[in-house]
Amino acid sequence: MPDDVVSTTALAGAPLSTTPLIAARGLTKKFGEFTAVDAIDFDVAQGESFGFLGPNGAGKTSTMRMIGCVSPVTAGTLSILGLDPDRDGPRIRARLGVVPQQDTLDNELTVRENLLIYGRYFGLSRAECARRADDLLDFAQLSERAGDQVEHMSGGMKRRLTIARSLINEPELMLLDEPTTGLDPQARHLLWDRLYRLKQRGVTLVLTTHYMDEAEQLCDRLVVMDKAKIVAAGSPRELIERYSTREVAELRFAPGLQETLDGQLDGIAERVEHLPDRILLYADDGEAAAVAVHERGIQAESVLVRRSSLEDVFLRLTGRSLVD
Amino acid sequence: MTAVARPSTGIERVLEHRFLVYRRTFRASLFSSFLTPVLFLAAMGLGLGSYVSTSSAAALDGVSYLAFLAPGLLAATCMQSAAFEATFPIMAGLLWNRTFHAMHATPISGRDVTLGNLAWIAARMLLIATVFTVVMVLFGATESPLVIFAIPAAALTGMAFAAPIAAFSATQRTPEKFNAIFRFGITPLFLFSGTFFPLDSLPTILQPLAWVTPLYHGVVLTRGFSLGTIGEEPVLAVVHLLVLLGFIVVGTVWADRTISARLVRG
Repeated sequence: MPDDVVSTTALAGAPLSTTPLIAARGLTKKFGEFTAVDAIDFDVAQGESFGFLGPNGAGKTSTMRMIGCVSPVTAGTLSILGLDPDRDGPRIRARLGVVPQQDTLDNELTVRENLLIYGRYFGLSRAECARRADDLLDFAQLSERAGDQVEHMSGGMKRRLTIARSLINEPELMLLDEPTTGLDPQARHLLWDRLYRLKQRGVTLVLTTHYMDEAEQLCDRLVVMDKAKIVAAGSPRELIERYSTREVAELRFAPGLQETLDGQLDGIAERVEHLPDRILLYADDGEAAAVAVHERGIQAESVLVRRSSLEDVFLRLTGRSLVD
Repeated sequence: MTAVARPSTGIERVLEHRFLVYRRTFRASLFSSFLTPVLFLAAMGLGLGSYVSTSSAAALDGVSYLAFLAPGLLAATCMQSAAFEATFPIMAGLLWNRTFHAMHATPISGRDVTLGNLAWIAARMLLIATVFTVVMVLFGATESPLVIFAIPAAALTGMAFAAPIAAFSATQRTPEKFNAIFRFGITPLFLFSGTFFPLDSLPTILQPLAWVTPLYHGVVLTRGFSLGTIGEEPVLAVVHLLVLLGFIVVGTVWADRTISARLVRG
């Protein structure tokens, strides 16, 4: 039994290559007649943190599952770590760390056992699994829970364990499918902190999210997906500069008033967006826009001036909000 | 350079996982696999058998009812356990715990998951059959040292059910139909496949039915070893064996398809 099999991929200090870690051209996934991913192109470079931002059903998870070599490509080309997922699936998977959207932890086992057996799946020796498990428990701040059965842990702890588990093979590339969905703010921040540390160590992160703040926190570069297609690509800042204004004034009105304002706000801002519950004024000086509204004699119940976010980019690109 | 697990290694890893989980319930399960034959053989073999053996021993190949019944129960118990192992744990791995998906995210392939799980069920069947056979010997319910081969025969009987049932389980999204399998499949077979009484006691039209299900063949084979009569009809014994193997091979190929398909679908 080859107990000595160890993946010797460096977490840090790996030479930067010019060839992308992931390259997709015309990447397509169909389920029968339904097209989940429609001929998308993207590259992910080594060491970068790359995001797929989009609402549920945009095709993010289907894309991730193709990159994870568990779902075959329907059409187009996909290269991961210079290999073809169709031919080299197990070889690629040996070098990936996967955090799936739904937890796949073994609830009947303890926290530590979950790490150990996962290491065994990669062919690591028991001794190596044990050594790495201790480090990872520490990294995930779960050392004190090592002997607890997973079933009784909180959602945040399970996510941390899933991330720790995905690192047992010292992956070159991590795939995180909605890593913080369903977690409370505190748990999310702890998780972001851990992911940020991985990024600093040089691990390439690919993640999907429908939280704009998560994308802004974690992604060097991202693509916005909607209805199976990529509708925009760039760094969070580039996207905001390109598709939005510096600031936004959010106006909320007494019930019934908003519907009577058609046309009355024209010219105040670069763009005016009517949402069901509020009006957004896109302007480089949000404060000035809010004052201008007041000067026209229009009484808002509340005014919030904030910086533009990816949410605004998404709204601009698709006419819909990210999280319904 | 990253070394990749050989295909056979993948199967071993899946087995290792199942064993790790099993360790938690190991003692309780070993006890129940010991208790089941003790209770059955005591009640049916000794209790009920004391009425049967005097009146119609000739119909039972000239052996006591206990000696007739015990190998039948051995095969039927393997069938029941295998059917259980091939339903709920398969659904748990694919849908509830999703542990099979966790395996599939590593170098382990869908085929490894399938073969590893079937190998695990086979190991369980061997254990259950061994414990059962020991109890049979203790009860004096065996007639021949060939009974040692009743262990693999009973395990094969279990696998002839486990493989196709595992394949079916992987196509299901809820466990609703599992009850139907047990109620309309496993239980009637348990009662009417020559376990408790010879097949020729059945109405003539029902007899061919028993031939198309694996349990009858498993019971005859297991009983042949336990009574030492297996050599009397060697051709028929080979046919029984081939039927069991046929169910296992077809079931395994089918299970590989359905389990892999479910892993791909997510």
